[in-house]
Amino acid sequence: MTRVRVVSELSYLEVFRILKGESPVASTTKKHVQSPWGGFVFVLPSILAMAVFVYGMIGWTLKISFSHLNSSDSTDNSFAGLKNYRDLFQDSDFTHAFSNLLKFTGVFLIGTLISGLIMALLLEKGIKGEGFFRSIYLYPMAISFIAMGTSWRWLMDSARDKDGTGLNSIFHMAHLDFLQNDWYTSERGAMFAIALPAIWQMSGYVMALFLAGFRGIPDDLREAARVDGASEYKIYRHILFPQLKPTFLTVLIILGHISMKVFDLIYGIASKSYVTKVLAIYMWQVIFDIQDFAKGSAIAIIILLCIAVVVIPYLAYVNKTEEMK
Amino acid sequence: MLKKSKLAIAAVVAVALVGATVPASNAATDKKLEIFTWWASGGEALGLKGMTDAFTKANPNTAFVNASVAGAAGTNAKGVLVSRMKAGNPPDTFQAHAGAELTSYIKAGQVEDLTFLYKQQGWDKIFPKDLVKTLTSNGKIYSVPVNIHRANVLWWNPATATKAGVTAAPATMEEFIADLKKAKDAGIDGIALAGNGDWAIAHLLDVVLLGTLGADKYNGLWKGTTSWTGPEVKKAVSNFTTILSYGNSSKALDWPDAGKLVTGGKALFFIMGDWASSQWQADGLKLGTDYTWAVAPNSVDKKPIYMWLSDSFTLPKGAKNRDAGIAWLKVCGSLAGQDAFNPAKGSIAVRTDSDATKYDSYLQAAMKEWKTDKLVGSTVHGVNWNNAAMASYNTVVGKFYTGGAKDAAGLIKGLAAIQKNGK
Repeated sequence: MTRVRVVSELSYLEVFRILKGESPVASTTKKHVQSPWGGFVFVLPSILAMAVFVYGMIGWTLKISFSHLNSSDSTDNSFAGLKNYRDLFQDSDFTHAFSNLLKFTGVFLIGTLISGLIMALLLEKGIKGEGFFRSIYLYPMAISFIAMGTSWRWLMDSARDKDGTGLNSIFHMAHLDFLQNDWYTSERGAMFAIALPAIWQMSGYVMALFLAGFRGIPDDLREAARVDGASEYKIYRHILFPQLKPTFLTVLIILGHISMKVFDLIYGIASKSYVTKVLAIYMWQVIFDIQDFAKGSAIAIIILLCIAVVVIPYLAYVNKTEEMK
Repeated sequence: MLKKSKLAIAAVVAVALVGATVPASNAATDKKLEIFTWWASGGEALGLKGMTDAFTKANPNTAFVNASVAGAAGTNAKGVLVSRMKAGNPPDTFQAHAGAELTSYIKAGQVEDLTFLYKQQGWDKIFPKDLVKTLTSNGKIYSVPVNIHRANVLWWNPATATKAGVTAAPATMEEFIADLKKAKDAGIDGIALAGNGDWAIAHLLDVVLLGTLGADKYNGLWKGTTSWTGPEVKKAVSNFTTILSYGNSSKALDWPDAGKLVTGGKALFFIMGDWASSQWQADGLKLGTDYTWAVAPNSVDKKPIYMWLSDSFTLPKGAKNRDAGIAWLKVCGSLAGQDAFNPAKGSIAVRTDSDATKYDSYLQAAMKEWKTDKLVGSTVHGVNWNNAAMASYNTVVGKFYTGGAKDAAGLIKGLAAIQKNGK
């Protein structure tokens, strides 16, 4: 009997095969590796590039965040310890940006998970024209964040009633005037409004991941459950969803780190506006407009830490499950 | 053999003739000139083209590269410039506002002293003395101004004014607010607001500060003699809050779109610099019939005040084509260059010997007032505060505006903190 493999173990190649409906295993023949050093030399360029451009740059940013380079004409590279980090947590603009980011992450995660899961549920049994629907749901991912930002900026414009354009004018024409609002210029609801285009774009991706997860579960389990007399609902609840836990975790991690880094979508919609400011935009402003390089680097390191908190435990967990096999 | 030598002689003669017709040593010897501005569209781009045509005529051997970055008031361009300067790859000349905005570059040692050029071209005699004084830092001058814009201008559409029952331009803040109410009663937005990027709202605050405090106390804000937490600023912020409440409901318009609200009859007033006029003319509208102007309302000063800002060009240290950069600066300060640039840009020339017949009726009136009015600088456009302070200014005002214009105390506290943190 074939062992059930969970989605987190699958490579992208295998995911595509599953989506196409084939078996994930390519072939059983293995190439004999000539020598261990050959492989190492092959990946050496990548390692070097990573060392310089990722870890080297992170180290440089860290160094600047510990310095006194607080204005455009400053050359004071002396060690300032955690001064810049302490200043950040007393800076009301920073805490505002952080809380905006958390609000955005929450709404984005929940919204994308729910809509992606619903689309996957609709498609997973296999319907006529599944390829067509899959493509439609995935298309938004192909649009650049800036192009999306520009069109959603128009759609979510805050002018109302007769002056309205975009969504507000649709609501006005449908006599749903109570739904008109300020969208991304609203003091309290701005981050919810910004999460809308983000959810619209990433739902398709989440749907694809969940579809792969569903398809990875062998039909025997479902058939066995049906023979035992379980209803469709019980099949989903007790058999399919528990199998999807690793997929669910993958989706959470991927969406979580995307939302921590979000910049171009928000910049495209609202530029540097205060109500929609998140960490990445505040960092841009501090570095390029105010030219306080040490403070900006400190913000960058904090963003990195936020992402690390999300990604590193996941990597450790995947490593552990690989070793357990 | 004979044919070949005849050909050779002919070639030498031809080269000699061509060599003799190359313009005199004023032409740049560098192959290329790279300029950096934020004039990417509309009347501003047209004005820049006038000056670049004058440059290419005088320097035909130099290729012209325009590395402009779009985004009003340089909000995007300045960021790009910072990274280029830090990387040691400056353009051959870049646009910067005259005034405090330049001090960041001067303090960082990134621009060259141009006093020699002023003496050589005689600009210290032809530019207005007060302006040259503002440009002088520790006895040295670091930029060549090409224009003067006026920031405290009130624009409106005569047809809309008639509909709202407004017969004359408001002279004081109180009359202005009363007119805004008349517009609202007639079902029209009182004032067009351009919320995108926050700078236009800060621009409005500048003009309201001037109109409520008067020129002397306004200038005192930057010198430290007027307190930011005093009653005058409190009254100005209260006026500002009232004016904002008559604004259009879309909070993120660009300034040209906000201007269209006025010319399209959807809003009554627009407080914006006089670059609005060149934008509207580029759109095909007529000064006087489709839109008209007055000095922005002022409750304190009896005579009109000129809130000025000036675009200027610099010579960065380490510019690759220094000679071409200097040739460009010469065109910037020349009569031909300024009179080609300014009518299309919608500003007035800095030179006092400029030819008034090339300018439209608004600009001619502005030229007259420039010679006689009391001058105050525009904060949002680089005269009173440097880049970092201006970025904070936009943020603080933007926070106030998008918060529904409710936290007046927070706004005053934020502004006082910017002044305190120093230029």
